[in-house]
Amino acid sequence: MSKHSVSLTVNGKAYQREVEARITLADFLRHELGLTGTHLGCEHGVCGACTVLLDGHSARSCLTFAVQANGREVSTVEGLAAPDGELNVLQQAFRDNHGLQCGFCTPGMLMTLTEFLRDNKNPTEHDVRDVLSGNLCRCTGYAGPVAAALDAARRMRENA
Amino acid sequence: MKPAPFDYHAPRNLEEATGLLASLENVKVLAGGQSLVAMMNFRYVIADHLVDIGGVAALSGIGVADGALRIGAMTRQRDLEFSAEVKRHCPVLHEALQHVGHRQTRNRGTIGGSLAHADPAAELPVLCLLHDAEIEIASRRGTRRMPMREFAVGFMTTALEPDELVTAISLKLWPAGHGYGFQEFARRRGDFALAGAAALLEVAPDQSVRRAAVALFGVAASPVRLDAAENGLRGKRLDMAAIATAAAEARSIEPLEDIHAGADYRRHLAQVLTRRALVDAAQRAGVTIETKQT
Repeated sequence: MSKHSVSLTVNGKAYQREVEARITLADFLRHELGLTGTHLGCEHGVCGACTVLLDGHSARSCLTFAVQANGREVSTVEGLAAPDGELNVLQQAFRDNHGLQCGFCTPGMLMTLTEFLRDNKNPTEHDVRDVLSGNLCRCTGYAGPVAAALDAARRMRENA
Repeated sequence: MKPAPFDYHAPRNLEEATGLLASLENVKVLAGGQSLVAMMNFRYVIADHLVDIGGVAALSGIGVADGALRIGAMTRQRDLEFSAEVKRHCPVLHEALQHVGHRQTRNRGTIGGSLAHADPAAELPVLCLLHDAEIEIASRRGTRRMPMREFAVGFMTTALEPDELVTAISLKLWPAGHGYGFQEFARRRGDFALAGAAALLEVAPDQSVRRAAVALFGVAASPVRLDAAENGLRGKRLDMAAIATAAAEARSIEPLEDIHAGADYRRHLAQVLTRRALVDAAQRAGVTIETKQT
């Protein structure tokens, strides 16, 4: 099984690696690049924990091979906070609204909502619940994450 | 849960893609990968070769011509969901797309991939059946067109030969002002439907039915057109009694049985969802329906 060269940018930084075609983007990020903020829950596209942005659109990195991301831009949870660790608006809203407990699903939720709040400045609770239907959480019962998303949208509108 | 090793091919055009499919053994086409990669992770699918058609630009696009909506096989479900042309010319497709997986899977998943995968509970195949779609197919031997009724041959099985791939789908458009309805029942938002129904109605000024199309999914090995319901509605004045009679035809199906639902329950769902889809279609065609019975 031949190896393939994969060149891509992750959170604005360029990387190049030689990998087997069967390596998923999730495993590539975690094992090749050491970016373990992207979590793997189910590895068959159901739980949403591994959600990243691929050219700005949310995607399940367990259902995408690294070779398919060749030449593309990937954004992961590591790229959200400022370099000094200051949380961004969405992350701070999660912290303030009890949007997480164990935190395992949080990276996926944050990346899903990063795309969603970029494209929807004034979402309803229904809209938020609909988009978060692709991210499973076993702790919060979704009340906290939904409140956090609506709070983040409000803060983003106020800052705009 | 990791896929078995395979060789990866990324053709840049259709000719290269069909050449690879003709020359390789145990090969699968990779489009959006939202079903295929999950099955590979489980090792339900072990392929020696993957031909990734994501780089074949000619396979993507949405266009309206000659009374048909033509969609390239590699067109992402997201692009269909946000397409103004789809919403204007084929509103039932726009509505159905809200039920296809989740935002993250629609961003990657394609219409051609959904058709070739042929899950009985998938929304896009039933929409193609409802709109009398023609499937455009290519191989190194040439191209052919096939009606959706012949394309879906059984449980997760299509009429595609191993060296063929879907290149485009043409849905026959209905006149402006037609009514449409799409109903499905799933345990959770985005789950595969236990049953679903889609309906189109063209209504004359005297509120009689000029033409009807009714199709079910999630209930049998592949999507089903309810010809008896369509024929029964034609020429009838649209009211709740006519709709209920048509919906009763849904009970004639031979449903799947699995851990999620037995045959009787699916038959019941099929009837109720058909009735609701027809009520929506009638109302959107401008007919007032007394709905207290639903």
